Amino acid sequence: MHGEVSEMAFFEMAKTAIKSLIHSPATIRYPFQPAKKTPISRGHVIVDASRCISCGTCQRKCPSQAILLNKEAKTWQIDRFRCIVCNSCVETCPVKCLVMDTQYTAPVTKKSVEIVTITYVKPPKPAPATAAAGGEAKT
Amino acid sequence: MTQRIVIPFGPQHPVLPEPIHFDLVLEDEHVVEALPTIGYVHRGLERLIEKREYPEYVYIVERTCGICSFIHSLTYCQGIEQIMGIEVPERAHFLRTIWSEYSRLHSHLLWLGCFADGIGFENLFMGAWRIRESILDVLEQTTGGRVIQSSCKVGGVRRDISAEKLDQMARDLDGIQKEIADLTTVFLQDDSIRHRLKNVGVLSKDDAYHLGAVGPTARGSGVAIDIRQTGYAAYDKLHFEVVTENDGDCYARCAVRARELFTSIDLIKQAIAKIPEGPIDIKVTGAPNGEYFSRSEQPRGELVHYLRGNGTKFLARSRIRTPTLTNVPPLVKMLQGCELADVPVIILSIDPCIGCMER
Repeated sequence: MHGEVSEMAFFEMAKTAIKSLIHSPATIRYPFQPAKKTPISRGHVIVDASRCISCGTCQRKCPSQAILLNKEAKTWQIDRFRCIVCNSCVETCPVKCLVMDTQYTAPVTKKSVEIVTITYVKPPKPAPATAAAGGEAKT
Repeated sequence: MTQRIVIPFGPQHPVLPEPIHFDLVLEDEHVVEALPTIGYVHRGLERLIEKREYPEYVYIVERTCGICSFIHSLTYCQGIEQIMGIEVPERAHFLRTIWSEYSRLHSHLLWLGCFADGIGFENLFMGAWRIRESILDVLEQTTGGRVIQSSCKVGGVRRDISAEKLDQMARDLDGIQKEIADLTTVFLQDDSIRHRLKNVGVLSKDDAYHLGAVGPTARGSGVAIDIRQTGYAAYDKLHFEVVTENDGDCYARCAVRARELFTSIDLIKQAIAKIPEGPIDIKVTGAPNGEYFSRSEQPRGELVHYLRGNGTKFLARSRIRTPTLTNVPPLVKMLQGCELADVPVIILSIDPCIGCMER
């Protein structure tokens, strides 16, 4: 019985090994082939500075305290090394100016923070539909 | 009388993906005693509960473990929901169950691969991890994350799975099941693996019970403990048998995990067949006031989250008891009397997750 059992396992392993030899590789030939991602993959957070109303919800809801909003200087700052890409800020943003991009951030040699200048201008009350500002600035 | 010597094992060792240290007291090649030392990767995650609001702490708690992250978040959310008396929608329960079982599949396949690598069977290691990749793909397609899913929240889940995707998952599982059957045949019936694992690191049923073994370590010794039987999430609506083996050796623990892969596949298929339509979350307001012991079955065994709220957004206490911690005393027992060359295999056989254990 024992002999039969091990023989079966031997053929099973040999079958797998031969299959692996003749099949194409199970791995992706990165970087010649693009890495796998899905439409909902969490890569990194991007902000549309022209729509940010500086409410600070993202900063409060960030579990890793990666986001810092300065209302006086009108800057939105993110520390990519603290960010755990949990999607919490994207889900809680009331004006949906935060978007989760599927691309991971590129490796860097020096730690730094990313500062975005908020360009949103509050529309004047008498004509709320006409006033809007656009553009994005990064430093 | 043979002279006793002490050999340090770890915290850095080729078979250990994470740091744990053992002082092995030897008489010739026999281990007389093993003295464990832990504390190399303590991160203080439990203390963070005082500084993060309870809905945001889910993201912290699931980073306790890089393998069974989803089950950590499920256990935490379940605890908060019990304290606050929240009724989670039925569909959310089923989705939580499906993701839990996918986590178990990927964890067991990861362990089988690492174990094969530990016993020197590289080809089998790659085979196991190739199958695991298809499981991770499903997790990424449905939650957006490969190992850190971030899909559980207090009051339900954050993402739904469409009916088409569920059908496709059920169909894909048939192919995966066949691949796993081929893989486990080698694990359970290959002569060299049997010789390496049989009668190595034997833990008797009594010892397993009295030393507090959990998960596949306990079930490999014939102790039929599985927290899924308590019926949390949607497990009360699904049928499954607890997988047990009676030999209590490394082979039995390997066999339990290999057979549990099929249980998980079956549970996912049942859940997909029975999943009801409806909402996936409910709005949660207020703050938890009270305490609760939330339990669940991780791939490594029983996980306990103790949570105490004080009526504010910040909980007063969180205590996480992970299965590896309770499996250390049984491991010390298994190591007594074994050969020095068997120590790496025995340590791997409990599926140690040190980062999880030290939180």
